[in-house]
Amino acid sequence: MIDQAPILIIIIPLVAALLLTLTGSLGDRWAYGLLIAALAASLGCALAALAAVLDGNQAVHYRLADWPPPLGIELVIDHLSGVVLVLIAGCALLTAIYSRHPASQDNPDRLNLYYALFALLVTGLLGMTATGDVFNLYVLLEISALSSYGLLARGRGPAYYATFKYLIVGTIGACFYLLGVGYLYIMTGTLNMAELAEILSRPELQESVSVRIGFTLIILGVWIKMALFPLHAWLPNAYSKAGTTTACLIAPLMTKVSVYIMLRMMFTVFSADYIFNRIAWSELVIYLASTAAVVGMLTAFAQRDLRKMLGYIIVAEIGYLAGGAWLATEAGFTGAVYHLLADGLMTLCLFMVVGAIIYRTGLTTAAAMRHIFQRMPVTAVVFLVGAASIIGLPPTCGFFSKFYLIQGAVQAGAWVFVAALLISSLLAALIFFRLLEVAFFGRFDEAAGAAPGAGGHGAAGPVAVAEAPWSMLLPMVLTAIAVLGLGLYTNEVVTYFIRWSVPAGF
Amino acid sequence: MDEIFHIVIAKYNYWAALVLLFIGLYGMIAKNNLMKKIIGMVIFQTAILLFFVSIGVKRGATVPIIEYTADHQPLLEAAAYANPLPHVLILTAIVVGVATLGVALAIIQKIQRVHGTIEEDEILAEMRQ
Repeated sequence: MIDQAPILIIIIPLVAALLLTLTGSLGDRWAYGLLIAALAASLGCALAALAAVLDGNQAVHYRLADWPPPLGIELVIDHLSGVVLVLIAGCALLTAIYSRHPASQDNPDRLNLYYALFALLVTGLLGMTATGDVFNLYVLLEISALSSYGLLARGRGPAYYATFKYLIVGTIGACFYLLGVGYLYIMTGTLNMAELAEILSRPELQESVSVRIGFTLIILGVWIKMALFPLHAWLPNAYSKAGTTTACLIAPLMTKVSVYIMLRMMFTVFSADYIFNRIAWSELVIYLASTAAVVGMLTAFAQRDLRKMLGYIIVAEIGYLAGGAWLATEAGFTGAVYHLLADGLMTLCLFMVVGAIIYRTGLTTAAAMRHIFQRMPVTAVVFLVGAASIIGLPPTCGFFSKFYLIQGAVQAGAWVFVAALLISSLLAALIFFRLLEVAFFGRFDEAAGAAPGAGGHGAAGPVAVAEAPWSMLLPMVLTAIAVLGLGLYTNEVVTYFIRWSVPAGF
Repeated sequence: MDEIFHIVIAKYNYWAALVLLFIGLYGMIAKNNLMKKIIGMVIFQTAILLFFVSIGVKRGATVPIIEYTADHQPLLEAAAYANPLPHVLILTAIVVGVATLGVALAIIQKIQRVHGTIEEDEILAEMRQ
């Protein structure tokens, strides 16, 4: 049973998605229970697979239908993919628990189909992370993309147009990736990542223009998918119009998995030597990443809509990740992988908080933050944890990822990136302190008597506590604990997982 | 002259795919009508499918099912058969393309219902109000 864990991680949500399409007549409670059970089982298998990796300190290879690798598809769970699988399954499970009230509010009819798409999206993300075959990766990429179009389009009115734009851009990205895979296949005759890496390391292919074009196409496709500046325009629009649960699921995970694919392509299929000495785009990418970090945060600062603000913050965070990966130092790589985990958790944390605020107040603008500490005390504390992590205050995980990224940037002499990280953190602090000001201003306002026209809730006596329901609070609190826990156990995470996945050649 | 001949004529399948690719990309980016964008998307995808299919071809090869010679010996020679793998991959990619097209058409239908038009500039003008 434990030997089958790698495939079960993916198969369980897939079967659940199929079952969920059939459970329409059983009622929403069944669909909710089935989704949670499936994701919990998938998380269990991901943990078992990770434990197996740690046990032998080497990658676990799983052959589908026992076909040996060049012929059949292979799943490879190593330290990197194992941790990312646990992150995906964990975030998806928390979002599923969280979804009970907001998802039925956003989907008055046929909730089971919404959950089926939810499970299918998670299947795609898990599969992309676990697979060791570049074409299989394309298919799973499209599975997750197609289900995300369906989920995003179930938001309210203007969501359709935003989803349509995302569909066009997403298809261009995926097709570039496919074309790049075609180039690599022509040159090597294989699709298995390990075999590709071996053949691509031959000197005659190191010089090949076709391989270079193949790499360029794949990386461009992945950059579009992960919304790296200047290819980011689709992201904030699509995410801010989405339903609450959809945003909580897609925002933390989709872009992070794309970053994971970039790391896989750069360091598993190609090698650090090829990327940094032959392709040698580091300088360009670091400029792009620095611009993304600063422009993303600046644009976020200009937003009034809370979810759009978070969308632009993601654009900035993607800049951190891309920059860290291209710094060509061990600390930079460690920072990028650690930030991938940290950013998944803190983005989830903030999207859940905003979702809960929207659920209770019905407002999506910054004005919804008024009286937050009196009305929703637990939510407010979770918000503080998430905000502290984005700004990079210890002991949250955001501090440690910035620590590693800045260390890596200093070692690489990339002062632009150091400056961008610092400016971006400062801007993040401004963004969140402004929101806190809105939150606290309510209290001062109340004591002084209501200022006319100062927002939705007047000063009619003390503000009643109207906390979100427990099914939303529990996952929020757990995510906040995870953000703090990842920060407190940074050393362990880096020693046991990330150090093992640092590629040779730094 | 000879070199140009080799680059253009001998690799005409790549050029055909490239031309289709750019026609499709142009349609997706430049067209105002959402249906035309979708048509561009399909051309774009088809270009990549054709590219993949064309790389499986070998001169003088036959379908990849084992042939028997006159004395009933199996003909086990890779050069005698077309490479089936790109075709199998593309079968999967075609399914993906059809699914994307279906989702895109469904979304266009919804856009038409909500905004009353599928012209991009009119939708943007309406959303700005």
